[in-house]
Amino acid sequence: MMPVEASAFAGRVDHLFFLLIGISVVIIVLVVTLVFGFAVRYRSGSKAKRGPLPRWVKREVEIGWTAVTLFVALFLFWWASSAQVEEWTPPPNALEIHVVAKQWMWKTQHPDGVREINALHVPEGVPVKLVMTSQDVIHSFFVPALRVKQDVLPGRYTQLWFNADRVGKYHLFCAEYCGTDHSRMTGSVVVMTQGDYARWLAAQPQGDDLAAQGAKLFVSMGCSGCHSEGARVHAPSLAGIYGTLQPLSDGSFVRADEGYLRDSIMLPRRQVVAGYAPIMPSFEGIASEDQVVAVIAYLKAMPKGRNEAR
Amino acid sequence: MENAGVLRGAPDTGSYLSESSVKSWLTTTDHKRIAILYAFSITLFFFLGGVAATIIRLELFTPNGDIVSADGYNRLFTLHGIVMVWFFLVPSIPTTFGNFLLPLMIGARDVAFPKLNLLSWYLFVIAGLLTVATLLAGGVDTGWTFYTPFSSLYSNSNVLLAAAGVFVAGFSSIATGINFIATIHMLRARGMTWMRLPLFAWAMYATSLVMVLATPVLAMSLLLISVERIFGLPIFDPRAGGDPLLFQHLFWFYSHPAVYIMILPAMGVVSEIIACEARRRVFGYQFMVYAMVAIAVLGFLVWGHHMFVSGQSPYASMVFSFLSFVIAVPSAIKVFNWTGTLYRGQIRFSAPMLYALGFLGLFTIGGLTGLFLAAIPVDVHVTDTYFVVAHFHYIMVGASVSAFFGGLHFWWPKITGRLYSEKFATLAAITMFFGFNFTFFPQFIAGYLGMPRRYYHYAPEYQIWNVMSSSGAVILAAAYLAPLAYLGWSLVRGERASANPRGATGLEWSVPSPPPTENFDRPPVVTVGPYRYHPEHETHQAPDHPAHEPQRSA
Repeated sequence: MMPVEASAFAGRVDHLFFLLIGISVVIIVLVVTLVFGFAVRYRSGSKAKRGPLPRWVKREVEIGWTAVTLFVALFLFWWASSAQVEEWTPPPNALEIHVVAKQWMWKTQHPDGVREINALHVPEGVPVKLVMTSQDVIHSFFVPALRVKQDVLPGRYTQLWFNADRVGKYHLFCAEYCGTDHSRMTGSVVVMTQGDYARWLAAQPQGDDLAAQGAKLFVSMGCSGCHSEGARVHAPSLAGIYGTLQPLSDGSFVRADEGYLRDSIMLPRRQVVAGYAPIMPSFEGIASEDQVVAVIAYLKAMPKGRNEAR
Repeated sequence: MENAGVLRGAPDTGSYLSESSVKSWLTTTDHKRIAILYAFSITLFFFLGGVAATIIRLELFTPNGDIVSADGYNRLFTLHGIVMVWFFLVPSIPTTFGNFLLPLMIGARDVAFPKLNLLSWYLFVIAGLLTVATLLAGGVDTGWTFYTPFSSLYSNSNVLLAAAGVFVAGFSSIATGINFIATIHMLRARGMTWMRLPLFAWAMYATSLVMVLATPVLAMSLLLISVERIFGLPIFDPRAGGDPLLFQHLFWFYSHPAVYIMILPAMGVVSEIIACEARRRVFGYQFMVYAMVAIAVLGFLVWGHHMFVSGQSPYASMVFSFLSFVIAVPSAIKVFNWTGTLYRGQIRFSAPMLYALGFLGLFTIGGLTGLFLAAIPVDVHVTDTYFVVAHFHYIMVGASVSAFFGGLHFWWPKITGRLYSEKFATLAAITMFFGFNFTFFPQFIAGYLGMPRRYYHYAPEYQIWNVMSSSGAVILAAAYLAPLAYLGWSLVRGERASANPRGATGLEWSVPSPPPTENFDRPPVVTVGPYRYHPEHETHQAPDHPAHEPQRSA
């Protein structure tokens, strides 16, 4: 009757779930007992005492149960939200895996460049952060055993993270309706011991890691033509840009996270950095989501002060 | 106030049913006849949506595809959703019982704008035809939620036609809402103060406010989809700087209040039935009124709880979670007050009462599982699974449809002038309750185990729950078909009903069954509050509201 708990967080969700079931059962038993009790005792023609309501049943009773209900509701809010707040930010050391969804397939890519389709292998006991985007419609990455679900949107990055602590193979479902083969957009999340994961990773066909792929794209797609020290075009240097605050031409500031970097490549006129002309061309339709992911990985890996392409 | 001059003379020339030509029906402005027109239309749609549901449940008997294709399945659940939401649940109680009873309950000759009322039915018919045309053209596969960018850029089905149907149906809703608000404000009989209104009238008032304020947002968001689909104007398309999430905000800003459009009228119906069949005044009348108004207002502020996993800001999710817990309070007040109404009553277990008690149980379960969905960590796990499907069917079908059937039986003698077979009605009511639970309770379990909704294929471990659910659906379908037979029989052979066969209070019971075209031969004057089912000698207690002064009949 209960789904597998493959992380400590799953256990916390189940605790909350059982608390809610407990409260529900108490309320249902109360209502059903009262309804049945009254139905029998006050059935038409029974000898039970009728007449006006007893003195104590008055406005105070109404205010009383309203207050109790409100108290229970606020208590549940507090419990549920405090469980959630702890989960907002992934730990900084999390293993970052990129997920690209498309009709009707999940593509995942590990930091060292290993790619998978409709599968995700992760090590046990290591926090894993997924950075996800979609190539077409909205999908949703759902692993019931981990009690995690996050919609995957086109045109932006969404994140989720988990720390699986139980070796096994679990369902991966698309939970947001996405067209004909929505119900076939499934796969598996395989949780392995750290040793097994390392061996599995080593056995995969090896290519460049994500940042190295990005470095090549940075040259081949022409980024380096402007964004390098020797360039004649007035374009900002991108060394160490990740995570910094960038001043924009409209006077505001923006944190250069993955979403901003992606927008700057695909929709460069949306937020123009102060002091630069809006001359950057859009790579919408030119760069694929996978390529953008690689370029961003390269930008994140670029050390401060050096910006020529390797 | 109504025009007394019109009402003088002999109204006993016949009941509202006496004219029978087709033209007299299609051109009528009598609120009672329009209610009957609506009743026919929504019954057709109820069974159309029901056929879709039946095929869906048959398909889900096994994990793999058997009867229809994946595309066919997607079109079926979309059809089921669109038809059941906009062509049955939203109009169901307001356009039938609301139209028929509201003027009678408040002592009016008709609604405020009788021609607008007829227009709203014609709009509904046009909308219905557009929806049937969508079906004939091959259907639509976006789900009733029309999420972008799937609906605006990727779907190859008849999105525009379906959106046009829903768009027009929305205007029918708005027309009805405006009509009811004006009717309740302007046409109450002398002495019918706000705090003497039957709770059904209050429910219609609260519902109408929500209809008028929320439906335009639906119309707008459907228009935006159409503009993007036809002209390629990038509103939701992220490749050109649009925002796909904007649609979800707009859609749920309508569709969450729409949930209350579907449940508030049911609450009104159940209040009338329980008070009458328990022979007891509604416990805490004023709190019941405030609770309905609170639900109508708060209903506008909780739409974000549909979007906890959508990528909206976690701070926004927190606020929406808080407000969603708060809205549980007025709903709980109502459950306790209905229960309290039974206390010291003289309870009759008639068919309408069984439906009302069934409503009470199913609404409680539906409401409590709403708390699960308001709790963010639990919602993240169960949203877009069968848990959500079960939850909203407990509210929409378990509660609203039970109340609809309860009201149908309760006012059947008044509307048709005939009595129905209590024996068959009781049997149908009990079958419906058990069939419903059998169908939808297993879906809570399948959902918590992780079965996503809108799945044509599913993992084999979920099969047992689906087999239970599909078996229950067979029982449920039988229970929905049964009233067609015995109520149909009652129309032909049923015993004639007196003006007030249930000994109910309320102005609608003071006129003959079926009511005359003119409703009242003299404008009624109201001197007491509603639900005077028992004398109250409470002079020793704190002074009550004037409406509760002990007096005899209205």
